[in-house]
Amino acid sequence: MSSQAGSARARAFFGAPERWLPWALVVLALTYPFWFDVPPFSYVTLDVLGLKQDVIISMGVYVMLALGLNIVVGFAGLLDLGYVAFFALGAYTVGWFASDKFSGVSWHFASTAVEGAAGIHLNLWIVMLLLAAVIAAIAGVIIGWPTLRLRGDYLAIVTLGFGEIIPDVFRNADKLPVPTGVQWTPPFLDFSNLNLTNGVRGIRQLDRPGFGEHLDAWTAGRLPERFGPTDLEPWYFTIVVFVAVAIFVIRRLEHSKMGRAWVAVREDEVAASAMGVPLMRTKLWAYGIGAVFGGVVGAYYGSFIGSVFPTSFFFNISIIVLCMVIVGGMGNVYGVILGAVVLQYLNVAGLDKIGRAFNQAFGTNETVFAQYKFLIFGALLVTMMLLRPEGIIPSARRKAEFHEAEEEGAPPAGDLADAHREGS
Amino acid sequence: MSSENGAALLEVDDIHVYYGTIHALKGISLTVREGEIVTLIGANGAGKSTTLRSINGLHHPRSGTIRFRGEDITNRPAHEVVRMGISQSPEGRHVFPRMSVLENLEMGAYQREKGTPEYKEDLERVYTLFPRLRERASQKAGTLSGGEQQMLAMGRALMARPRLLLLDEPSMGLAPIFVERIFEIVVEINRQGTPVLLVEQNALMALEVASRGYVLETGTVALADDAAALRRNEQVRKAYLGED
Repeated sequence: MSSQAGSARARAFFGAPERWLPWALVVLALTYPFWFDVPPFSYVTLDVLGLKQDVIISMGVYVMLALGLNIVVGFAGLLDLGYVAFFALGAYTVGWFASDKFSGVSWHFASTAVEGAAGIHLNLWIVMLLLAAVIAAIAGVIIGWPTLRLRGDYLAIVTLGFGEIIPDVFRNADKLPVPTGVQWTPPFLDFSNLNLTNGVRGIRQLDRPGFGEHLDAWTAGRLPERFGPTDLEPWYFTIVVFVAVAIFVIRRLEHSKMGRAWVAVREDEVAASAMGVPLMRTKLWAYGIGAVFGGVVGAYYGSFIGSVFPTSFFFNISIIVLCMVIVGGMGNVYGVILGAVVLQYLNVAGLDKIGRAFNQAFGTNETVFAQYKFLIFGALLVTMMLLRPEGIIPSARRKAEFHEAEEEGAPPAGDLADAHREGS
Repeated sequence: MSSENGAALLEVDDIHVYYGTIHALKGISLTVREGEIVTLIGANGAGKSTTLRSINGLHHPRSGTIRFRGEDITNRPAHEVVRMGISQSPEGRHVFPRMSVLENLEMGAYQREKGTPEYKEDLERVYTLFPRLRERASQKAGTLSGGEQQMLAMGRALMARPRLLLLDEPSMGLAPIFVERIFEIVVEINRQGTPVLLVEQNALMALEVASRGYVLETGTVALADDAAALRRNEQVRKAYLGED
């Protein structure tokens, strides 16, 4: 009771948290690099929490992934278990268009690479924001076109299959198998020697983004000619800008006609199509936009890491991102961000820190925390499902869906669509 | 009946529809003219809803043609059919349970520009036909009673400003008082100028409000006549009106 009164008083003093919280987070995000390593703040940020800049950047990458998957799963209600495919595709796009992978040619376009270096070197902003987006969108449509006719579990299984296939393709696309007995190959491609991905060896030394020497000189290095491997500040601000733009775009989408159509399709496909919502097109848009998010941030991630390997894109990434969406609160942008921040923090730093604190406190030498990462995540997810299935910060609509059975006068739980299909 | 002179609006010609290998419609033909209420009656599984689903593009016939205002719409996808002016209140109502009543009505106008004078006029018209919907505009549709949900489904269909309104079993599962109210509204909608194709199991009520009727039996048209004649027909009385 008293805490309720207290929170009411706090509310009256600070205003509604929806108002100021986003701005507080913006300020936090924009100033973080300037105080996180300065004592006394660094005691909390670095010594206790271990929030180094690369940790924050990887959290940002997963925030982007979770936001993209949220469009597919949270908005349109399509359970996609193969989201990692688009992430991988984005990273490989950088490998193809901004590295010395294709050393037979030397094509440069506004690139940060050394003049005259072998390989295709396009400007990394173009690769990230345009090529990776377009390639991921095309892949999304190709995958989505046949599969989005399926519903629920069937869609989940098929997307799961695609998520498994894509890393395998990257692993094996260093030498495309030509069936024995096939004599003819296209004249312009030497198929049996076409090496797209270097297989398990991966593609190394990807270009890094940059703003060119003029902007560098003009802004006194604020917009550096080329992002460095050790100075992470430009990388940090890039991902912050990506996330900010993503939030803006998603908020607009959510309240657009398309956003309303997604809700309609999620709630009742039969009714949506009777209202004139084109089902396939609506679902493909969700799937394609989700894919674009995955592709863009995949390209960023590939360039940041500096190399791409097929082993970096295992199925478990799809599941972790899905966990972020579910734990945070499906359909709610801020919930999803919170889910991604918390889970990715635990993933890359938090569990480690907790383990060390545990060992220090009890004088033990346990390594369970890092080793049993997935067990801990699984337990967290199960607990979440039992206690708060709608997520930490749910969207109002999604919350209603999960608590329908408890409401009075709720619609029957059975699938009306199925009954309708069987009816004459 | 003056409506009998109206121009043919919808012409269904000998359509055959299959669900997998099941031959659900074996050559259905029917016509709806401007200004009419036409009813499809028949037992469960006779093919009434399948006929509606074929007309609005949710299920395409394997052969035969469907023409609307002279245009062939046999294989048009559902969203194009809606845009051409055929709007449906589906069987089992299918309101969007987690959307508010107003949001449901807005979904009905999905293909149209929102906020235009016509749009506001239509919303006003729906609220006048169904004053209950105005009272409950901000309430979640899933919390409405069955009769109110039916009203919402019909209002939502009207928001598309249809040239032809398809109603699939509007009286299903409703209390008798609501059934009468719903049929009064169907007549009112028609009086305001919208032709209605009405699928009903409640043959008695349907034939009272309709100008013509088709009796479907196992995927074929068994009888087609004026509603008044069908009401007098011995066979119909025995089979559908519950008289011996």
